[in-house]
Amino acid sequence: MKYTPIIGLETHIELKTNSKMFCGCSAYYFGEKPNTHTCPVCLGLPGALPVPNKTAIEWCIKIALALNCQISKTSKFDRKNYFYPDLPKGYQVSQYDMPFGINGSLKLKVKNEKLKVEDAKTIRIRRVHMEEDTGKLIHDFANSNSQISSSNNKVSLIDFNRSGVPLVEIVTEPDFHTSSDVKEYLQMLQQTVRYLDVSNADMEKGEMRLEPNISLSTDVNILPNYKVEVKNINSFRFVERAIEYELKRHKELLEKRETPAQETRGWDESKGITVSQRIKEEANDYRYFPEPDIPPIIFTDEQIEGLRNQIPELPNVKAQRFVAEYDITEYDTEILTREKQSADYFEEAVKIGKEHNVSAKQIANVIINKKVDINVTLPAKLIEDIKKLSTVEEVDESEILLVIQQVLSEQEKAVNDYKSGRESVIMFLVGQVMRKLGKKVDAELVHEKLLSILK
Amino acid sequence: MNLTITQAKDKLQKKEMSSVELTKACLERIEKHNPMLNAFLTVTKEEALRQADAADKIYAQQGRTLSKSLLASKQGPTLNKPLLGIPIALKDLFVTKDIRTTAGSKVLEDYIPQYDGTVVKKLKDAGAVIVGKTNLDAWAHGSSGENSDFGATKNPYNIEFVPGGSSSGSPVAVASGMALAATGTDTGGSIRLPASFCNVVGLKPTYGRVSRYGVIAMASSLDSIGHFTKTVQDSALMLSVTEGKDAKDATTPARDVPDYSESLNKGVKGLKIGVPKEYFIDGLDPRIKDLTMKTIKNLETQGAEVTEVSLPHTEYAIAVYYIIQTAEVSSNLARYDGIRYGNPRSTFGDEAKRRIMLGTYVLSAGYYDAFYKKGMQVRTLIVDDFKKAFDPSADGVDVLITPASPTLPWKLGEKVNDPLKMYLSDIFTVHANLAGIPGLVVPAGFINDLPVGVQILGPHFSEEILFQVGQAIENMESVWKTTPKL
Repeated sequence: MKYTPIIGLETHIELKTNSKMFCGCSAYYFGEKPNTHTCPVCLGLPGALPVPNKTAIEWCIKIALALNCQISKTSKFDRKNYFYPDLPKGYQVSQYDMPFGINGSLKLKVKNEKLKVEDAKTIRIRRVHMEEDTGKLIHDFANSNSQISSSNNKVSLIDFNRSGVPLVEIVTEPDFHTSSDVKEYLQMLQQTVRYLDVSNADMEKGEMRLEPNISLSTDVNILPNYKVEVKNINSFRFVERAIEYELKRHKELLEKRETPAQETRGWDESKGITVSQRIKEEANDYRYFPEPDIPPIIFTDEQIEGLRNQIPELPNVKAQRFVAEYDITEYDTEILTREKQSADYFEEAVKIGKEHNVSAKQIANVIINKKVDINVTLPAKLIEDIKKLSTVEEVDESEILLVIQQVLSEQEKAVNDYKSGRESVIMFLVGQVMRKLGKKVDAELVHEKLLSILK
Repeated sequence: MNLTITQAKDKLQKKEMSSVELTKACLERIEKHNPMLNAFLTVTKEEALRQADAADKIYAQQGRTLSKSLLASKQGPTLNKPLLGIPIALKDLFVTKDIRTTAGSKVLEDYIPQYDGTVVKKLKDAGAVIVGKTNLDAWAHGSSGENSDFGATKNPYNIEFVPGGSSSGSPVAVASGMALAATGTDTGGSIRLPASFCNVVGLKPTYGRVSRYGVIAMASSLDSIGHFTKTVQDSALMLSVTEGKDAKDATTPARDVPDYSESLNKGVKGLKIGVPKEYFIDGLDPRIKDLTMKTIKNLETQGAEVTEVSLPHTEYAIAVYYIIQTAEVSSNLARYDGIRYGNPRSTFGDEAKRRIMLGTYVLSAGYYDAFYKKGMQVRTLIVDDFKKAFDPSADGVDVLITPASPTLPWKLGEKVNDPLKMYLSDIFTVHANLAGIPGLVVPAGFINDLPVGVQILGPHFSEEILFQVGQAIENMESVWKTTPKL
């Protein structure tokens, strides 16, 4: 039997607003002393009320717009009721049936060179909604100085610094059929929110969390009667591995004519496996209802257009433009547009380069190969450096060949090393030749000559 | 000890009395009568005397320059203390920094909040002296005060009878001279019913006019933050202190605070008063009906235009209320999960458990559409009923006058085993909560020596007209001056 993987994704992105979603506390919690960024609102104390953070809502809408969503002109918050110790109100303020964004899409990059951009695979985005993060449970052992005591020294502590941090949830349709597409999508999503400057989306810090829903189907058009959700994945590498692990597990079960259980599993990074966490006997009943403490949120077309106008050129569009406009390779483009800062830096340098006859291609080469620190070297300085490097002395080719012969006879050991496979030795030889020549020559030329002789 | 705030302020300004003397008088009455009436759960004697002393110092400094106007705020920041030195009690649903706040429930028996709510802060900033926290049905669930985990409050006009609820201690404190005013909350009638039962003025403001921040939530879309006073004038003064947009409550719209004193004595000439026929039903005590009609007649002779109106969806209000209210209660009480606040969930009383179960049920998958969603739809119809009745372009009325309660105060214990009967005592009050409109209850008379109030309802943010009509009723017989014999 041939099976097709059917995968959907839920991704949570923490926004980097100054304050929390519903109160004035600082939203920055990473590495902070526990329970120092708290107030009656994010502690869920009796009588406290949420007041929504306007910036967070606007940023959520920017994400939705960047993902080509329709923006709901009338929206609201809802209460998602469930019990967990890290949820101090006993409900999470979230969005249920009227999320800020719906029906969006994200085009994956074209990896096969024969395909055109139009052929790129499109992942449909079901919804983009806004909610609040929960507190953080820490399971630990009490030390002897601690005021906390328990019979076995085991303690569970709650840090509410994260409670109420703005969180955007992005849900796709089950449009993925390979784990590499999932990875590709996630990288693009991360890049997009970084371009929007609304989140650092650092997975290790938990600023970006992903939960794939995985199943196998005999027919790509039919959703199987089960799905497995995998949590605790904190890198793009692991998401591929976790999915592959699951697909293999499902296949083995299906081939034994068993249906994999509908459940939530956790990724165990050290063992490289997934472990069952919670069997969903039936759907969770969160008893959603409209949050009465927050009036409905209404946007005008002008407000939505205003936000749309604030969205910068997004990575995929920028990459296409770079290839067309600067005649640089797709590989270089990919590296340069990975972050908005480096893309901006490149363009700034190109502008200056034009006045000094330094080509975009040269600039791209230098930025990428010399690993230029864009935070240190100003674009104008970079152009200056490139110009210096590229002014080479005219040297007679026969002179170079002569020196090469001399060096090769002197450096017998290096030559043998090279021939026995240590190819990196060639750079040493290039250096020796350059030194002996005592002139500023194009190292690339010396390199080429050396290679042809050694062959 | 039957001073109004207005009278007391006058005496304080004229130095005929100090705030410490006034506060001591209230504390003495609490000491003497509270063991019997059980109006207070916590008395903040020392803090009150400290606040009173501070108030006296300000009076000494500022002498007679203090504002005579209702709104001292217009006279600069240092004079912005319209309640300076006035003893006020707080329903124990208002969280108070460093003062135990129980919500009338054993769940919060030892809970000491870290912050003052917005209304408490505003009252303190206005110079009020906080004498203590008053008794209530636990979590404000009830109409008689008998659901308090700390014992029932008794009606000062006859201690065998209930004072009404859920704000049970506050009206009793005001009626029996333990405080000059007291705060309350009204989710389905919890200010208006007890005001009617205790011969005091009770205001349920427009939803959102007064901040809910720092008041323990019962049902968030229905909760309205109001107060009890002896007179309509005092009620207006209290509202001018407590109302206004609050950056901490997203449901408070920005509006100017009117100067109520200007319109208070305008009278009712030319005002259109509607009498909703659906409120004069079989279950209504005919004596209350007569008293209400007599009051309306009296207003007519003063020049008001009286017409019968219809609010066709009135009969569905209790059913809708017990869906929406319990749904929100079940969610709002979820935070008392036994992990925080020191007491396990088993500490909840029967009524809270009943509402948590009902509310959880109506929100459950498969039942949501049949109950909560349908309830919200009917709620819209009730809102529309009032919109139509008050619509000026459709010859609508300015206010509605109705009875506040279908019955007289009942005897303690009479309805405790019949929750449904208890729920029906809110039959004339829940509509205002569902629609978010304001309601004012003013004393109208006595039947069998028990107080009876009438209710004035108006469109959103029409408190000014409610006070105007309330003042006209108060002027008729000054029923409020009949104090309980303690």
